[in-house]
Amino acid sequence: MNHDITTLPWHQTFWWSVRRELWEHRAIWQAPLAVASVILAGFLISTSRLPNAMRAIETTAAAARAADPANARAFTSAAEAAVRSSNAVEAAYSFMTLGVLLCAILVVMFYALGALHGERRDRSILFWKSLPVSDLTTVLAKAFVPLAIAPALVFAIAFVAHLVMLVWSTVVLLVNGLDPGVLLSHLPFPFLWLAMARGLVILTLWYAPVIGWLLLVSVWARRAPILWAIGPLIALAVFERVAFNSTHLMATILGHLAQGAAQAFSVEAKGQVPISELADLDPMHFLGAPGLWMGLTFTAACLVLTARLRRYRDPI
Amino acid sequence: MTCIEAHSLRKTYGKSVALDGIDLKVEAGRIVGLIGPNGAGKSTALQAMLGLIPFEGRLSVLGLNPWAERDRLMADVCFIADVAVLPRWLRVSQAVDYIAGVHPRFDRAKADGFLARTMIKRTSRIRELSKGMVAQLHLALVMAVDAKLLVLDEPTLGLDILYRKQFYDTLLNDYFDGDRTIVISTHQVDEIQHILTDVVFLDRGRVLLDLSVEAVAARFTEIVSAPGHVSAARSLKPMHERQVFDRSIMIFDGVERDRLVGLGELRTPGLADLFVAMMRGAV
Repeated sequence: MNHDITTLPWHQTFWWSVRRELWEHRAIWQAPLAVASVILAGFLISTSRLPNAMRAIETTAAAARAADPANARAFTSAAEAAVRSSNAVEAAYSFMTLGVLLCAILVVMFYALGALHGERRDRSILFWKSLPVSDLTTVLAKAFVPLAIAPALVFAIAFVAHLVMLVWSTVVLLVNGLDPGVLLSHLPFPFLWLAMARGLVILTLWYAPVIGWLLLVSVWARRAPILWAIGPLIALAVFERVAFNSTHLMATILGHLAQGAAQAFSVEAKGQVPISELADLDPMHFLGAPGLWMGLTFTAACLVLTARLRRYRDPI
Repeated sequence: MTCIEAHSLRKTYGKSVALDGIDLKVEAGRIVGLIGPNGAGKSTALQAMLGLIPFEGRLSVLGLNPWAERDRLMADVCFIADVAVLPRWLRVSQAVDYIAGVHPRFDRAKADGFLARTMIKRTSRIRELSKGMVAQLHLALVMAVDAKLLVLDEPTLGLDILYRKQFYDTLLNDYFDGDRTIVISTHQVDEIQHILTDVVFLDRGRVLLDLSVEAVAARFTEIVSAPGHVSAARSLKPMHERQVFDRSIMIFDGVERDRLVGLGELRTPGLADLFVAMMRGAV
């Protein structure tokens, strides 16, 4: 028999599958954008207080400079006041990143839980399966959205929002006859952006197993995937507690989940001192964490299993 | 060239047997009607051919094992399961873009041409289209693919008569070219019988009948018996008899037409009537 089955390059099929996901799940970019807009609007209003804040910074800084180092107490309190007032200015930028990030995390979790469930509920799985796209390609495209697209979007949105905030602040200060250079000297750019990019990569890799698990649940559960996402873990933990009087499983999972922020934003991933300078961005501690590699192995296993299971799936 | 070949194809769901060892051979270039009551196994057979469900026995479609090689097979096979499966959120333009992106045999210009003949707007989402328009869209997308095999599982379910007629006319006039193979399952037997080249009757997971349309005409005869000839006709052992307006209509299996001449009006039975007759025989 003659088989002149032509195939398209894999990356083309993959990219179209990713685009398809973004067409369907517009919340992936709309929700973080909406949160950023709200925070931005709040920030624009708050800049009416900026000139006073800048004057406070200058005053406290001048006081700190003038304080006699010999008078240790006066010097320390003056320096602390200076740091506090400059932190207040910086906080808005971190808050923007945090808001967009938390929103994206929420959206991405619901996305992963529904990614392979929704297509069965609306019967469209029969349409998707009528096209020459393998289950593995489909599953990888669906995993790519939370693991690559969403973090990139968080960075892009927060970055642009920061730029808007900076430009607006500069204008406000100039109008009030103040020197914007003082503000810029108190904002740790580009460190903040580098830390943000690094933090996003670390958080994504660290929490990839959660996405892998949610995708697996979404292809497997016939109904209420949210219950299936948590239920089996609790059941296993209870079983372990009763059968062996131990809590290793829960401790391992909760320990991993709790450590993400420390991995991403603390010095040497110890969860004690927040990162504050370029030297703190060294990724060696993160790459050496056994939890990272165990998590990524678990993620890969989930994705392979998800692709296998999708083969058997029909409308529900 | 053989398009579909099944040997002892079997599929069970728990204890219920959906396909009970089917042997089937479909040559390329045929239009096959898969006909049977609900639960006969039509959809199961089609799903097995499309690689949507695992099965027992041997099944080869275009030389491939559908279950193991679904994605490769789908480069050469199109299917419409029923009008409801296009995702409701998808825009018409996105559907065209996506298929053009992932399908090596999709001809965008063709799809545009088919769509231009309809009232479907490019910017509409599927959920905004009527059922008939969704069927038109799906057909346009499928016809723009240069496929070797087209599988239609109740493609016109829930459509009104105008759309149903147009659906099959379009299919026959603009798509079928003698090389492609089409397998159709439907309840609306009367509407497709004029386009079929082959008929497969399924009942409770078994093949009741598997013949070309010519062979059906050669083997089965229906007579509307003339008054006074009813008992003579009955003596030739019709497989089925029914009364319509006080006249007996009988279907004969394998009785030569020469022997029936003079007993009434002779004709080839419609597929629906023949199916009912065979089902009665099988009960």
